[in-house]
Amino acid sequence: MKEMICICCPMGCRLTVDDSDLGNVKVSGNTCPRGEKYGKEEVVCPKRMVTAVVRVEGGDVAMLSVKTREAIEKSKIFDALATLKGVVVKAPVKIGDAVVKNVTGTGVDFIATKNVATR
Amino acid sequence: MKKVLIIGAGVVGCSVARELSRYDVDVTVLERENDVACGTSKANSGVVHGGFDAKPGTKKAYYNVRGNAMFDKLSKELDFPFKRNGAYVLCFDDAKRDGLKRLYDQGLENGVKDVKIVTGEEVRKREPYVSEEVKGALWCPSSGIVSPYEMTIAYAENAAKNGVKFVFEKKVAKLEKAGDKIKVVCEDGDEYNADVVVNAAGLYSDELNNTVSEKKYKIVPRKGEYMLLDKTAGYLTSTTLFQLPTAMGKGILVVPSVHGNILLGPTAADIDHKDCKDTTYDGLAEAFDKAKITVPSLTKKQVITQFTGLRAHADAGDFVIGFAEGLPLYNLVGIESPGLTAAPAIAVDASEEISDYLGLKFNAKFDPVRKGIPCFASMTENERAEIVKKNPLYGRIVCRCEVVTEGEIADSINRPVGAKDLDGVKRRTRAGMGRCQSGFCSERVMEIIARERGIDMTEVTKSGKGSEIVIGRVE
Amino acid sequence: MSVKNLIIIGGGPAGLAAAKSAYDEGERDILILEREDRLGGILNQCIHNGFGLHTFKEELTGPEYAARYIDEVLKRGIEYKTGTTVLSIDKNRRVTCVNEEDGLQVYEAGAIILACGCRERPRGAINIAGCRAAGIFSAGTAQKLINIDGYMPGKEVVILGSGDIGLIMARRMTFQGAKVKAVVELMPYSSGLNRNIVQCLNDFDIPLMFSHTVVEIKGRGRVSSVVIAAVDEKLNPIKGTEREIKCDTLLLSVGLLPENELSKMADVNLSPVTGGAIVDDDMMTETDGIFACGNVLHVHDLVDFVSEESEWAGARAAAYIAGKKTTGDKVAVEAKDGVRYVVPQYVNRNGDGPLKLKMRVGNVFKNVRLCVVCDGKEVYAKRKTIVTPGEMETVTLDEKQTRALKNCKQAVVCLKAVEK
Repeated sequence: MKEMICICCPMGCRLTVDDSDLGNVKVSGNTCPRGEKYGKEEVVCPKRMVTAVVRVEGGDVAMLSVKTREAIEKSKIFDALATLKGVVVKAPVKIGDAVVKNVTGTGVDFIATKNVATR
Repeated sequence: MKKVLIIGAGVVGCSVARELSRYDVDVTVLERENDVACGTSKANSGVVHGGFDAKPGTKKAYYNVRGNAMFDKLSKELDFPFKRNGAYVLCFDDAKRDGLKRLYDQGLENGVKDVKIVTGEEVRKREPYVSEEVKGALWCPSSGIVSPYEMTIAYAENAAKNGVKFVFEKKVAKLEKAGDKIKVVCEDGDEYNADVVVNAAGLYSDELNNTVSEKKYKIVPRKGEYMLLDKTAGYLTSTTLFQLPTAMGKGILVVPSVHGNILLGPTAADIDHKDCKDTTYDGLAEAFDKAKITVPSLTKKQVITQFTGLRAHADAGDFVIGFAEGLPLYNLVGIESPGLTAAPAIAVDASEEISDYLGLKFNAKFDPVRKGIPCFASMTENERAEIVKKNPLYGRIVCRCEVVTEGEIADSINRPVGAKDLDGVKRRTRAGMGRCQSGFCSERVMEIIARERGIDMTEVTKSGKGSEIVIGRVE
Repeated sequence: MSVKNLIIIGGGPAGLAAAKSAYDEGERDILILEREDRLGGILNQCIHNGFGLHTFKEELTGPEYAARYIDEVLKRGIEYKTGTTVLSIDKNRRVTCVNEEDGLQVYEAGAIILACGCRERPRGAINIAGCRAAGIFSAGTAQKLINIDGYMPGKEVVILGSGDIGLIMARRMTFQGAKVKAVVELMPYSSGLNRNIVQCLNDFDIPLMFSHTVVEIKGRGRVSSVVIAAVDEKLNPIKGTEREIKCDTLLLSVGLLPENELSKMADVNLSPVTGGAIVDDDMMTETDGIFACGNVLHVHDLVDFVSEESEWAGARAAAYIAGKKTTGDKVAVEAKDGVRYVVPQYVNRNGDGPLKLKMRVGNVFKNVRLCVVCDGKEVYAKRKTIVTPGEMETVTLDEKQTRALKNCKQAVVCLKAVEK
């Protein structure tokens, strides 16, 4: 059993999710079907986008913002962040450039979210 | 050359330093904090008192009136903001009108010029936001307002220009008599020998004296809490508004600052700790509620910051000024209100007395003039255009609220007795003093401090050691 | 003195969108003045995702969203100056600005669009007692320190206010190894999005305490702890409920205020409710030729709505410059019964096109109808299971409803209970 707040709309329904059988997850407390879908996803395989910054060398800014190209498993957030430790990127950088590839075996890259010109 | 050590870089220490620099003497100021004006001199009402409040015959009365008269010339010479805005002492109760009369008589006896008793209507004619409940008032046109820390900084800069040395973060542990000289022992083990030590240690002036003098003093820190209102509240009053005084002090004021803000306070509570500068929930509520008696339309929405100041209240009641018995220690103890007003006059007398004692000659190179940092915000359009041409850093606005440029901030750091950290820059340039209270500019100012001082961002402090702003780099 | 048809003050999302659409409406003589060294505004430091779902139908981070609009502006060759602060404007649209290279510059503008954003409410404005030690930051300042400068403001954190920036920063600080001990919210509800409460707090077991506030900050030099307390219905702290939390950092996320220092110089009338200008449906203020959009007008919840509003403002400013100014009588749109404000406050009776009204409610309401009532007649109603002060509501009127509003004597936007 898991308690959670539905994020699909401002209602913020308090969901109770029975996850004893992951093949047959039961959601209660929702007021609409979106809540049920959300509750199921959150117990079967919750995913999150991860955003952070890394240092830039020779750029017109000090820090480069990055994100995972797609959402990764929630349980891997901190492992993913650890791969950015000590990473220094050389300017120039374009939005979409890969900064760290295949983050912790997820197959997902950390990519740049800012254009950085050389100083 | 004879040596004088001044302990304490508040308005008293800095004004004495500057007046002593008129003479041929080696002067060093020791200060426990990392800047001048870090104690009582930075957190007070900023009022240049008329002098009707002090008891006739006291040093407080004498130096108040004499000091007050010096401000017009002094503020021009040292280029610090001062305004003779006049003050009312408000009476809310017909039964207490004799209190006004008492102040009036006292004022006359002390030599205060042009005081008079006026009606409530007359007050409201000049200050329409003053309460309808005001029945009468004492009007004192010679009362003024000053930026107390800018005045202190101006004194310090001029002293430095005339050869005075400043040593910061130097805490004095004790004084020792050494023949006809005096030894200053610091907490870090450093020792200084001096022909005269000037005790301008403010809140700690009792303890300093007590380490070596027969005669002992006791300073009780008296805490005062203030609220500062946005400049948009500046219309509330242009004159200083006192309420009839109580035993604990001059009551809660509503007073404009020289920069156009409005200050409410101070409360008055005797406390145990000399390093307690916290505001309290109840204290702030009291300051606000009592100020509202004077100006009923005040709202908390106009408040931009709060602060606490500690007054050095001596049990003796009056200022202690002069050499300690049998010692080359010149005491300036218990210089509480009206100490800010009195400081210029005290400094003149103290330096003359010390000079006589040491047999000093005049310093032929003494230059009484100090120029402040050119203030972009108060310039005309043409002046602005000119200064940016001369120094392009004046084209970079750092503090939006007070319109302070990078040029001014860099200047504040690089001039003599310059700013070392955020609060130092703030007191010298007003960057971070406005309604956003440094939300936008603190990080830019940090960068400028790091660059100009050649230190790392992680070493930049808010106000001295232990107040580092960031703890490390994002790795 | 130089002459410019359109000067846009601010190169953030509002200014960029306004410039783009003014250009697309045919205006070529445009100048954007931006005080930071880069275009993009606050989005540059909002590195998290969640932007652009409405505008681009995809989820972008702040810098990516900004880049899309910056590209549009660059593509059109619109002139801009960064590192340039506007010092003053007046009601005759004289603009004085300054930067390092050009020095002091004075322009006479055909029209001005105010797009200068908002600022954070500081500590002083909320009267928290205690020390003045280092370690007290507005959430946005902390965000800038970390994401732009690369420095950590602290390692043990309490956050006051559960606005979105505060929530985002709770996660951001956690990602960088800090321990966020609590988020303390004065109100019994959060003004932040549920999604942020879940993904920024719940994901990391950060407690969110409603109806609590910080009553005292302790510390010498650096913050060492804060004292929190529960508050009563009047939001006053309840004696005896105080609890001390050890921390070295207090972040404040206690509201945003439109930055209208310049507007005031030009005698622009401001709304005491929004803190921004009073505008008509052309986004023109009551000072002729001065327009406003984005967070300087009223604080938005989503940047997408800022862009939309600003594109409209840009288009209308271009029309104004081209001599197609809307003239004639206006009808006031009043906010009532639970609706805290409506923007625009006035609608031109002769104005073009269907209307979009933006509004915020004053409290959390469930099962209500959001209504537009003209001369006592309901011309629009939409059922809402919930409305909250944190979310901006938009009412889009069709041609007929718009006409009804433009022709009425008294227009009101209000909430009505749904009858059971």
